[in-house]
Amino acid sequence: MNEQIDTEEHLESLTQREYKEGFVTDIDADTLPPGLDEGIIHTISTRKEEPQFLLDWRLSAYRNWLKMEEPEWPHLHYPKIDFQEISYFSAPKQKKLLDSLDEVDPKLLETYEKLGIPLDEQKALAGVKVAVDAVFDSVSVATTFKETLAEAGVIFCPLSEAVTDYPELVQKYLGSVVPPGDNYYAALNSAVYSEGSFVYVPKGVRCPMELSTYFRINAMNTGQFERTLIVADEDSYVSYLEGCTAPMRDENQLHAAVVELVAMKGAEIKYSTVQNWYPGDENGKGGIYNFVTKRGVCKGEGSKISWTQVETGSAITWKYPSVVLEGDSSVGEFYSVALTGNYQQADTGTKMVHVGKNARSTIISKGISAGHGQNSYRGLVKILKGAENARNYSQCDSLLMGDKCGAHTFPYIEVKNPDAVVEHEATTSKISEDQLFYCRQRGLSEEDAVSMIVNGFCKEVFKELPMEFAVEAQKLLSISLEGAVG
Amino acid sequence: MLTVNNLCASIEDKPILNGLSLEVKAGEVHAVMGPNGSGKSTLANVLAGRDQYEVTAGTVTFKGQDLLELEPEIRAREGLFLAFQYPVEIPGVSNVHMLKAALNAMRTHRGEKELDAVNFLKLVKQKAELVGMKQEFLYRAVNEGFSGGEKKRNEVLQMSLFEPTLSVLDETDSGLDIDALKIVAQGINSLRSPQRAMLVVTHYQRLLDYIAPDFVHVLAHGKIIRSGGKELAVELEEHGYGWIEEHACTA
Ligand SMILES: Nc1ncnc2c1ncn2[C@@H]1O[C@H](COP(=O)(O)OP(=O)(O)O)[C@@H](O)[C@H]1O
Ligand SMILES: [Mg+2]
Repeated sequence: MNEQIDTEEHLESLTQREYKEGFVTDIDADTLPPGLDEGIIHTISTRKEEPQFLLDWRLSAYRNWLKMEEPEWPHLHYPKIDFQEISYFSAPKQKKLLDSLDEVDPKLLETYEKLGIPLDEQKALAGVKVAVDAVFDSVSVATTFKETLAEAGVIFCPLSEAVTDYPELVQKYLGSVVPPGDNYYAALNSAVYSEGSFVYVPKGVRCPMELSTYFRINAMNTGQFERTLIVADEDSYVSYLEGCTAPMRDENQLHAAVVELVAMKGAEIKYSTVQNWYPGDENGKGGIYNFVTKRGVCKGEGSKISWTQVETGSAITWKYPSVVLEGDSSVGEFYSVALTGNYQQADTGTKMVHVGKNARSTIISKGISAGHGQNSYRGLVKILKGAENARNYSQCDSLLMGDKCGAHTFPYIEVKNPDAVVEHEATTSKISEDQLFYCRQRGLSEEDAVSMIVNGFCKEVFKELPMEFAVEAQKLLSISLEGAVG
Repeated sequence: MLTVNNLCASIEDKPILNGLSLEVKAGEVHAVMGPNGSGKSTLANVLAGRDQYEVTAGTVTFKGQDLLELEPEIRAREGLFLAFQYPVEIPGVSNVHMLKAALNAMRTHRGEKELDAVNFLKLVKQKAELVGMKQEFLYRAVNEGFSGGEKKRNEVLQMSLFEPTLSVLDETDSGLDIDALKIVAQGINSLRSPQRAMLVVTHYQRLLDYIAPDFVHVLAHGKIIRSGGKELAVELEEHGYGWIEEHACTA
């Protein structure tokens, strides 16, 4: 069918996105030379004025990492990364210890403004209140609404600051969910991580606003290794959003983050990600390699952790936000949209590990592949022996656009308790000619039609995002699907 | 308004329309009848601009423009509406969302202001009532899980909402019970005006009892083999298509 092929080619051109966040900020930076050894780790730790326990922790993670192998099981193809060619620390030059935004380099403020991220509290007041921690390369440049949050007892600050101000909390929880030796990239992160956000919500407190961190890679040949730690004490609630962008560069850049969530009895953490790292160009040149370990533990009874992710960026995505359901009657959720266009590859999914009794987990994964994109869902549902009355529902839907892309599903189910109920559904579909024509007959352009149909496909996930971010995610998806329509 | 001249079209190199000519003037309602496979849906789809169909000869002008030159969405915005024989489901896209986007695309094209959510809802609810559609259907995904009859009703709702210059209805009456049929007919009749025209593809005379077309055409083997007034539909009902085809051959 010739017409069918024409349409697919057309669809492909639609997915050749323009990356609007690809600019470079021209700013003086203090960047360590490429290379990794114990000396570099000492230097990072010294620059950050860290206590001894953290340096020791880093060094042991590094020694562990040296003995580990890069995982080869993902459905991903990329040249071997030379870890000695990467620089592990870069900070924009500015005065230390900023008391107000006025002291932040205007070029940095401009950068975030261009990205549409509100660092100006006055401006933010007019709209929705979101507290933002802005991380530029290896350092945090601004955190907003700190005082408002402090009044509620909520701690929201750069991790490096938390190390100084709340060392006992950091020492107690850092690495408690993702141990330094958990996997190759987590070990690397533990050795060299440079910044990230720390959140602590005290007992019974409902965090009065959304918290969010925006990560920006700017420097060349630099890896970004941030680490986020969120602790929600008993009966508390917090909703957190992570966003990220990077300039367009021809070489690949490494991003290896670790996120740890701890939810105590009756606490709820809602963690949303809109991942928009530079995906590389239409020939597959450049783009971020995104190797991320995200895990949450539902420690107490009735606690809940919900991961929602919209992944449109990165040349390579390797990430499995997981929940360990230790507490009885705890709830784990994973909602994901992953879009791979051009030559992007994603191997993403989740792990739900049922330990406690009466725990429930839900997995909704939507994979969209276009161009030469390769999209794999990899998910593990593990029900331990003592996990009585466990319930899991998994649904993995793939949408293919064109015939050069691929969608793959790797569900792993391990059930050690006989009364577990585990359901798994999977579908693969294409945007049909009929659907496109129907929309166009109603006056919608092909571009709008594709974007409407794809957004419809992702609806179950988007409705889990906080309102304002759902709008952002939909726009991002539409931009990602945008191209030169003739 | 619409002039079809010697239209020939094929699908996958198989000729379906073989020199079809038709003239529709503003204010007129034309019925097109014909046996299964005679090319009725092909005609409707070619008019709407579906690109699987290749036009091999002939011309079509719509409001003085070369219709075949226009992209499907431009035809729609210019006021050509097709009520599909088999409306497609679009999971996750709510009916109101799609209808609003569509109506506003048309309004923008005409240089009118877009309708905001409040005014749009008011309008669409009023139209839903007109075609006897429950409001919950507005919030459901486009045609998803709709019965055959509900899908057809949704097509009529869209027609009432867009108020097209030329409506092409492809067997909108098929599979409807008599009450639904009356509502569809009412939807069609309420849009009748000296500025608008309709091309109603149907199998059955019963719809024509309610909408009284100005002309009836019989299509066979991709051609109009006979045209007449509404009495032609009655004759057809009595004698079947075979009778017309014989007459056409000897005439
Ligand atoms: N997609 C298609 N591929 C091949 N043949 C088709 C296709 N669509 C329609 N046809 C053929 O074209 C002819 C006319 O079909 P159609 O216009 O749908 O007829 P009607 O609507 O009058 O029943 C039929 O012989 C049908 O089999
Ligand atoms: Mg038909």
